[in-house]
Amino acid sequence: MSETNASPELLKTPDGTPLKVALSRTLRYRKRTALLLVAPLFLFVMVTFLFPIFDMLSRSVDNKIMHEIFPQTTALLGEWDDSTGKLPDEAVFKALVLEGQVAAKEKTINKVGKRLNYETSGMSSLFRKTGRKLLRFDPEKLETNYTDVILGIDKKWKDIENWRLIKRESAKYTAAYYYAALDAQMTSAGLEFKDENKQIYMTLFGRTLYMSSLITFLTILLGYPIAFLLASLKTRTSNLLMIMVLLPFWTSLLVRTSAWIALLQKEGVINDFLVGIGLIGDDSRLQMIHNQTGTIISMTHILLPFMILPLFSVMKTIPPSYMRAARSMGATPFTAFRRIYFPNTIAGIGAGGILVFILSIGFYITPALVGGTDGTMISNFIAYHISESLNWGLAAALGTILLLLVLALYILYDKIVGIDNMKFG
Amino acid sequence: MALPLHAEMSERIWYYCFRIICGMIFVFLIFPILVMFPLSFNAEPYFTFTPEMLSLDPAGYSTQWYEKFFTSSTWQAAVRNSLVIAFFSTLISTFLGTLAALGLSRPEFPYKTTIMGILISPMVVPLIISAAGMFFFYSRIGLQGSYIGVILAHAALATPFVVITVTATLVGFDHSLTRAAASLGSPPTRTFFYITVPLITPGVISGALFAFITSFDEVVVVLFVGSVNQRTIPWAMFSGIREQISPTILAVASILVTFSIILLTVLEMLRRRNERLRGMSAA
Repeated sequence: MSETNASPELLKTPDGTPLKVALSRTLRYRKRTALLLVAPLFLFVMVTFLFPIFDMLSRSVDNKIMHEIFPQTTALLGEWDDSTGKLPDEAVFKALVLEGQVAAKEKTINKVGKRLNYETSGMSSLFRKTGRKLLRFDPEKLETNYTDVILGIDKKWKDIENWRLIKRESAKYTAAYYYAALDAQMTSAGLEFKDENKQIYMTLFGRTLYMSSLITFLTILLGYPIAFLLASLKTRTSNLLMIMVLLPFWTSLLVRTSAWIALLQKEGVINDFLVGIGLIGDDSRLQMIHNQTGTIISMTHILLPFMILPLFSVMKTIPPSYMRAARSMGATPFTAFRRIYFPNTIAGIGAGGILVFILSIGFYITPALVGGTDGTMISNFIAYHISESLNWGLAAALGTILLLLVLALYILYDKIVGIDNMKFG
Repeated sequence: MALPLHAEMSERIWYYCFRIICGMIFVFLIFPILVMFPLSFNAEPYFTFTPEMLSLDPAGYSTQWYEKFFTSSTWQAAVRNSLVIAFFSTLISTFLGTLAALGLSRPEFPYKTTIMGILISPMVVPLIISAAGMFFFYSRIGLQGSYIGVILAHAALATPFVVITVTATLVGFDHSLTRAAASLGSPPTRTFFYITVPLITPGVISGALFAFITSFDEVVVVLFVGSVNQRTIPWAMFSGIREQISPTILAVASILVTFSIILLTVLEMLRRRNERLRGMSAA
């Protein structure tokens, strides 16, 4: 510092600070104001969005219920060696009775039963029954020991497997929901996968991925010619035709879904038309809605603009002289397209394809309305487990898997397009 | 892409085939939306054309479904809810989003990609996951089933659209304009209101429109975070389609399409204005 100060030709601002210092001060100040401008939104998104999602997803490993309601029992069970084939000792039974009585009074015992019932059916009724009996039990009138009290309630308590289950699910965190989401289950013999024909979620993930891929493929197939046409027409004409792409884009999702119901249903416009021209009989109307076909048709329609717009913006940047050059050197129109034009549009296909794929694997509304049973997707099951079966842990596990899938695609999208370059309309 | 005079026969055939294919795809895009308009005037409670409608018999048409919509208290409450929720969430998201875009577009902003990724996340996360997360969170803090809860949720979902649109406007922003103002002695606030604001206004308005439409069209989150009191138009349509499907839905849909046509026109006008302004700033 002293050396620079000694330098005679050092530039200084009017108040005597060296220019370098003044500049870095200004830059620091500007950086701080830039951060301050972003801070409110950053906090807002963190509090109202990211934290709730993180909190919800953490339910997929959360297993505190057993621990909270039966703290002593679980602690004692931790010391029990489940490989000997013997029931736990008296101390565990005593803790179970005493803590069970409290839990029965507070009506929390059923929650434990419900949790364990996800692993082994019958646990819910066992805990309900135990709770009922324990409410009537008076520790003062203990006849022999606590072990007999519990074993007297239900013979299921004699089953060593049930105790192993309780011991296994006493940990504060569990992977059980993830196993369930992958159609597997942890047993004392290790991880067991369900038979192929009994798998629910693997089938569902498979179907979601299959439908999303098919929809992505269809949007490329239908979107490519339209984008090509729009990019090669004169601006005035293409602006007019663009309205036909933008109008569906701006129309409410529910409006478009109901339009497809009106068109595709059994008494709908298309069936009426086909019957009218005599192509099919009145009694053999086509079932085109409330199944996979209906979902795929309407979702392709809904997502098509998301394919056309990025493709169009990429095609717009390809100079027409490329194609003319190829033709002038003797390429047939097809060769010129295949070797010159198409490779230049790959980035657009990638961008639009990933966008459509990301949007379609998370679709909920359209499959819920027109999906029937074989057109539903993973989102519909997440919703079902949240609002109907109330198995929130499983919903969270399914949600986490879905989210990881989307994030992976998002990173890919960022690599191809860059999120900074995202635009609409 | 006019057909050159020297085109061969095969090229001619392909040229017309291609046009026909494109025409069919355009029909696929636009027909489902247009078909609702005549269907919504059906005299019968069906989702299809009756013989009377096809023979253009006036008796086959009626405006009863529109009357139902305008007189039903459920639908009117839904319209009011949709407008109130969309208005306030647009206000919040436009304000926060514009501020953030102004900060993000400064060249000295650190960790831009990471921060941008976080700010855009509400647009990327599947709606059902956002809805579930917000449902549990707002239930815990007592905002589930309240207007404030739904408004905050929609504002969070809409901010990415504002951030992206305004940032895109600022990419073409000529910073020498603000420097020129500063060199002429204008204080930063004055420069901001007299130079920056007029230039970014088109971007902000189209961002706000995006935010409005996001909230206005959103149904998954409101289904989880809202209660019957916050029932919006999309919610009413969703349950209408599930429970008793009536042409009232088509009448509502037609009104909404008209609404989006108006919106589209406004956006197009803004886009042109923005281009004009940019042309000016570049000159």
